[in-house]
Amino acid sequence: MTAPSVIPSFAQDDREPMNFKLKIWRQRDAKSRGKLTDYEVRDISPDTSFLEMLDILNENLLQARGEPVAFDSDCREGICGTCSLTVNGEAHGPDHPGAVCELYMRKFRDGETITVEPFRVGAFPIVKDLVVDRSALDRIVQAGGFISARAGSAPEANSILVPKHDADLAMEAAACIGCGACAAACPNGSAMLFAAAKVSHLSFLPQGTPERERRVLKMVQVMDEQKFGNCTNTYECEAVCPAKISASFIAKLNREYARAQFRQRLGE
Amino acid sequence: MIGTLDPKVPPGPLDQKWRNHQDHSRLVNPNNRRKLEVIIVGSGLAGGSAAATLGELGYRVKCFCFQDSPRRAHSIAAQGGINAAKNYQNDGDSVYRLFYDTIKGGDFRSREANVYRLAEIANNIIDQCVAQGVPFAREYSGYLANRSFGGAQVSRTFYARGQTGQQLLLGCYQALCRQVASGTVQMFPYTEMLDLVNVNGQAKGIITRNLRSGKIERHAADAVVLATGGYGNVFYLSTNARGSNVTATYRAYKRGALFANPSFTQIHPTCIPVSGDYQSKLTLMSESLRNDGRVWVPKRKEDRFKAPGEIPEGERDYYLERKYPSYGNLAPRDISSRAAKEVCDEGRGVGPGGRGVYLDFADAIKRLGVETIRERYGNLFEVYKKITGEDAYKLPMRIYPAVHYTMGGLWVDYDLMSNVPGLFVIGEANFSDHGANRLGASALMQGLADGYFVMPNTLPNYLAGQMGKRPSPESSEFQEAENSVRARIEKLLKVNGTRSADSFHRELGLLLWDKCGMSRNEQGLRQALRKIPELRDEFWRDVRVPGDQEDYNQSLERAGRVADFLEFAELMCIDALERDESAGAHFREEHQTPDGEALRDDESHAAVFAWEFQGDGQPPKLHREELHFETVHLAQRSYK
Repeated sequence: MTAPSVIPSFAQDDREPMNFKLKIWRQRDAKSRGKLTDYEVRDISPDTSFLEMLDILNENLLQARGEPVAFDSDCREGICGTCSLTVNGEAHGPDHPGAVCELYMRKFRDGETITVEPFRVGAFPIVKDLVVDRSALDRIVQAGGFISARAGSAPEANSILVPKHDADLAMEAAACIGCGACAAACPNGSAMLFAAAKVSHLSFLPQGTPERERRVLKMVQVMDEQKFGNCTNTYECEAVCPAKISASFIAKLNREYARAQFRQRLGE
Repeated sequence: MIGTLDPKVPPGPLDQKWRNHQDHSRLVNPNNRRKLEVIIVGSGLAGGSAAATLGELGYRVKCFCFQDSPRRAHSIAAQGGINAAKNYQNDGDSVYRLFYDTIKGGDFRSREANVYRLAEIANNIIDQCVAQGVPFAREYSGYLANRSFGGAQVSRTFYARGQTGQQLLLGCYQALCRQVASGTVQMFPYTEMLDLVNVNGQAKGIITRNLRSGKIERHAADAVVLATGGYGNVFYLSTNARGSNVTATYRAYKRGALFANPSFTQIHPTCIPVSGDYQSKLTLMSESLRNDGRVWVPKRKEDRFKAPGEIPEGERDYYLERKYPSYGNLAPRDISSRAAKEVCDEGRGVGPGGRGVYLDFADAIKRLGVETIRERYGNLFEVYKKITGEDAYKLPMRIYPAVHYTMGGLWVDYDLMSNVPGLFVIGEANFSDHGANRLGASALMQGLADGYFVMPNTLPNYLAGQMGKRPSPESSEFQEAENSVRARIEKLLKVNGTRSADSFHRELGLLLWDKCGMSRNEQGLRQALRKIPELRDEFWRDVRVPGDQEDYNQSLERAGRVADFLEFAELMCIDALERDESAGAHFREEHQTPDGEALRDDESHAAVFAWEFQGDGQPPKLHREELHFETVHLAQRSYK
């Protein structure tokens, strides 16, 4: 068998397994104090995903009659937004753009010490270990992040024309996976990028026009009530967003908000 | 207990059945709706759309999901698109053609009337989703764009880049959020259904566990709707999310609901190949890639270690184009998957372990330019690069089939009600529309058809007779169900053995992939049927579930699901053994045409196999629903 060197994945089989030191945040429940605890994992293939590495750690802990580390994940392909880890101080770890489930151990150095913490946001209380409660994001959408289109009442789809440019912009904003990394990366714990993505998605489309003002006013109001911080344009959110949501949508939200307030004052 | 299985298909010509049925079904007046409670388990496309729509109608809805938010249901991961018969391309599409393609794609093992209704409703779904603001792909003119999918010769698939499932689910999640805000829907996130409660033979409630607090709760209602998705994770490795499981439908089966065609499991041809022992899931590369990608392997075994670029055109075998010239790379999923297995079995597979085939975009890039390809599939190429470290713009992708979808599910009649009155089953959790093989871009269509348009029309037909009959959650039936849930959890925690639930799950998955995967035979299935009970016994002797019940205990969650998979796997193999023919994704090696295609036995197997639970350790009882084809002619399925 002569393995050519031009295809990296063939060569990957020959690469050395890696060892890592881990510092992982352990916290019994919302009320307890948490702390970083040291662990080690050995013989990890570089093609192991970060979450699979944690699976291996948990398997080891179980064998040693310890308690596995609680962490959230579901689709493990970067779309459901369930996973939510801060790795070495960065929301979703060092391989942006991407959710932490899309992070692979080949991105780390052999022997490296890796710190794993939950998303730290005032509005996301810790549930256990690395799991946080992000229901505040649902409440922002409930406030008005929708178009009220009763099933059964829709007109023929092609009767609503949407210029491709607008449809593309709406899609770029709608791609948000709702993970909350934007708030975790923000020094103020602001969910502005999350809210802006939804406001932008719906206001780029003609279908979203009738509820345009009401939507932005309500969503911003509820976002403030949920104890998220304010946006001070640090752009950290954009840097960690796994769905590449542009911070320019925040400007769009601000314009929409100003417009809505103005029209409200005019009594329109 | 169960007599003949009556699908209750309405009378009349095929294209008028649904209209006639709606005209004659019972209704519930708006003032009475708020007095009726409906439980919906699952918040994906089927559950979410049903919850939102029933909420809009004024029913009191309780919606449960195990995820921390309804927006995370696994429908979100669907990539390619959703079918409808709009005929916007003027390429000869029609409701009949969508119906026929779906029936044929399912290898004539689905119910005509249900499939026809699905095709009829499909157009309304697109209208509904556009109205909600789903950002479907558009032409420069502002009109909706389409792409092609497997098993069809028309271009009828609507899409939102490679994230169609996400956008449809978010549309439905937003509609659900609107109802939550208006108070008609109450959401129960991170809550798992662990049992169904029947009172006087009717489904009247569920027992749940709050995954974060461990609290066990009883919920009574006037009807229960299961929208809990498929059971592909019985194979351990699949494209399903980690949490996807069979527990809700399997618990319902143990409470009397029939499980139909459990052996019909779809293996998707285009997934990223397995790379290591600790792999936790497989990632799909959308079927839409086959619009522009060409599938090939080297003609000669010796060439499999060569870099793809070193293999000249003449030395490549574009086997799908060769074997199925009229559909080529867009041959249906079951056929494409088996073809990939076949060339790998011949020793011509590429990549580690020889379990892979190339999906090559070089020609498409030459024809359309890299920018067009990036616009169509950019995010998929990125995902591929993340996982494999390879650049598919320069090298062909390596793909291999993986478990993706389950056509089998709980048996339902035309109203989508199971044999247990009051228990409705929608979306992937039921068996009804895809026969033995589902065509691409039709899962999203079915989920939303069931939730937005079927449930609001058929559920009232049952509910109309249920006013004032909701039992108290204090009744003995609820007590008994709660006791059995608690006893089972205690039993799991008490074993205190040495192995993790995951290790049993992985072992089960390997066994099923080997014996009840892409191809099956009698001997292998009998071996599996011997081994599964052994593995199950070992599980109950040696599983280790750390922690407590009253806690956020992820090990306990998983162990409960694995325990159900270990029972369900047996039912799957029994069904695969009983179905002594090949049909769609169910390929029995004993039954194939001379050129290796699935050979059906319409004489004795044109039927739905629905299984009734007879008690632990007892073989299940088979009920057959004979399939009557009034409109289509049963033909050997050919894509040549």
